Amino acid sequence: MRYSGAVLSVRGATKRFGGLVAVDALDFDVAEHQVMGLIGPNGSGKTTMMNLISGALQPTAGSIALKGARISNLPAQEITRRGVGRTFQLVRLLPSMSVLENVIAGAVFGHRHRWGREAEDHAHRMLERVGLEAMAFAPISALTYIDQKRLELARVLAGDPELLLLDEWLAGLNPTELETGIELIHDLRGEGRTIILVEHVMDAIRSLCDNCVVMSSGKKIAEGNPADVLADREVVRAYLGDEDA
Amino acid sequence: MTASGFQELAIAALLVVLAAFIPMLSDGYWLSIAVTAMMYIALSTSWVLFSGPTHYISLASGAFFGVGGYLVATGMSDYDLSFWLMAAAAPVVATILAALIGLATLRLSGVYFVIFTLGLAEMIRNIVSWVQNNFLGSRGLYVLTDFTEAHIYWMLLGITAAVYLLGWFVNRSRIGFALRIIGNDETVARHVGINTATPKVILFMTTGFFAALVGAVIAPRYSYIEPNQVFSPELSFLVVIMALLGGSGRLWGPVVGVIPFTLVWEFVAVQFPNQTTLFIGLVFLLIVYGLPHGVVGRLEQLAASVRERRNA
Ligand SMILES: Nc1ncnc2c1ncn2[C@@H]1O[C@H](COP(=O)(O)OP(=O)(O)O)[C@@H](O)[C@H]1O
Ligand SMILES: [Mg+2]
Repeated sequence: MRYSGAVLSVRGATKRFGGLVAVDALDFDVAEHQVMGLIGPNGSGKTTMMNLISGALQPTAGSIALKGARISNLPAQEITRRGVGRTFQLVRLLPSMSVLENVIAGAVFGHRHRWGREAEDHAHRMLERVGLEAMAFAPISALTYIDQKRLELARVLAGDPELLLLDEWLAGLNPTELETGIELIHDLRGEGRTIILVEHVMDAIRSLCDNCVVMSSGKKIAEGNPADVLADREVVRAYLGDEDA
Repeated sequence: MTASGFQELAIAALLVVLAAFIPMLSDGYWLSIAVTAMMYIALSTSWVLFSGPTHYISLASGAFFGVGGYLVATGMSDYDLSFWLMAAAAPVVATILAALIGLATLRLSGVYFVIFTLGLAEMIRNIVSWVQNNFLGSRGLYVLTDFTEAHIYWMLLGITAAVYLLGWFVNRSRIGFALRIIGNDETVARHVGINTATPKVILFMTTGFFAALVGAVIAPRYSYIEPNQVFSPELSFLVVIMALLGGSGRLWGPVVGVIPFTLVWEFVAVQFPNQTTLFIGLVFLLIVYGLPHGVVGRLEQLAASVRERRNA
């Protein structure tokens, strides 16, 4: 595949689980410094698509390229080392480690290798970045839900990802936390990061995304800027019953 | 953190020096118990190197230990090779075996890994017995050396010290950190960039190496060796139980488990020779219901709650 200038190019990505086609021949590009929203009703295949990009799952067919180099046949650790970082829809932390160690974990094995003092300082900076520095030496069990999400984000940022995948990072937050959360992603956007955002919070999509891809039953049903896409009739129909649409 | 690390190392060194004097204090009965205890300390500590951080329960210790004992015995008995040569070769063979097992079990987790290692150990025992009976003559093997119990004890102590020192370094290295992350969540481990196969297989090889070395060094104690005995599955269970009893969260956990267990075990084996399996079962129940993180885990829990109360 030729390097088209996009950070990520997805072509014909397909994932089958037995008879179910969770992701069906998806095509899209993400340009550098772009925030792309990946939206669609529950079960439409968004998380599966994220799993294909991060290497948690291998695609059944199609290809995914990072800056022109194919990554869709690589294991997750190799994709991480090439600069893809992700959070999980159900937060995944390292429960037997302290908050600081959780972040160091993200700094040591990524595409930049840090260790000892350097990794520790870097982890402290990441905790500051997400507003969790005060909890650096606390155990995981002491964290509230939004703090757990912050910690997971700090771990991912510690690996200096060139492409950041956030899977419903704002889900489950209360209104005040939501404001803080949106602000945090806004700052990441301001830093010029390339981000794919899976979200159900439409305010966040409108204010954060440059571009949107809408999925329904594994297929792409619309693509474009958020305002247009959310007004699209087919998109409204896919979301029918969802108050946000 | 670094200061307490060196403090731990200094205490360990002091204990090793003190332990070296045990053969001067007693021979006969107590020394023989000390040899048994030192053997299990070496085995359980090396088991903890891999299974402690990853939580993969391996029942393959008996197989590696058996490779050590058997190779020493067959080398000396059938081929007139020196003890030292065989004691050096056996761990290398076991390390290669461990690498193969490690690679074969990479995708197995939880109970499947446990069962696979147990089954594999049994298979190796059967193959060795079969080869011995059909091709090498169905007789036992003699391991005749000039070693006294004290010599064997000191060699085992040396191995234990080496395992501990290695573990101390591993715990402070990237590979040790990677193993802890794997033990917490393997998916996260892969997504922070860890090639999970490498640290797992390397540490599993390390435990194989040391278990075989222990098996080789202890072989002269028995003089007469039969493949069926030296590949005992019971040993694998004892290693796991003693490590868990002490606590596999710390490198020095096994020591805390091995010493009381060996003492009681000796007593049970003499007084109730037919009830040893029952005893293993009871200790296992004790661990599961009373000491899920071992004696050390319980002590650390107590220390933490005392600290909390003082702060409150
Ligand atoms: N590992 C899996 N095995 C089988 N089916 C799966 C798996 N992961 C997801 N699915 C199915 O794929 C479809 C898409 O799921 P998902 O990608 O999680 O959707 P979304 O994130 O958009 O809610 C669902 O029907 C889900 O049940
Ligand atoms: Mg999802």
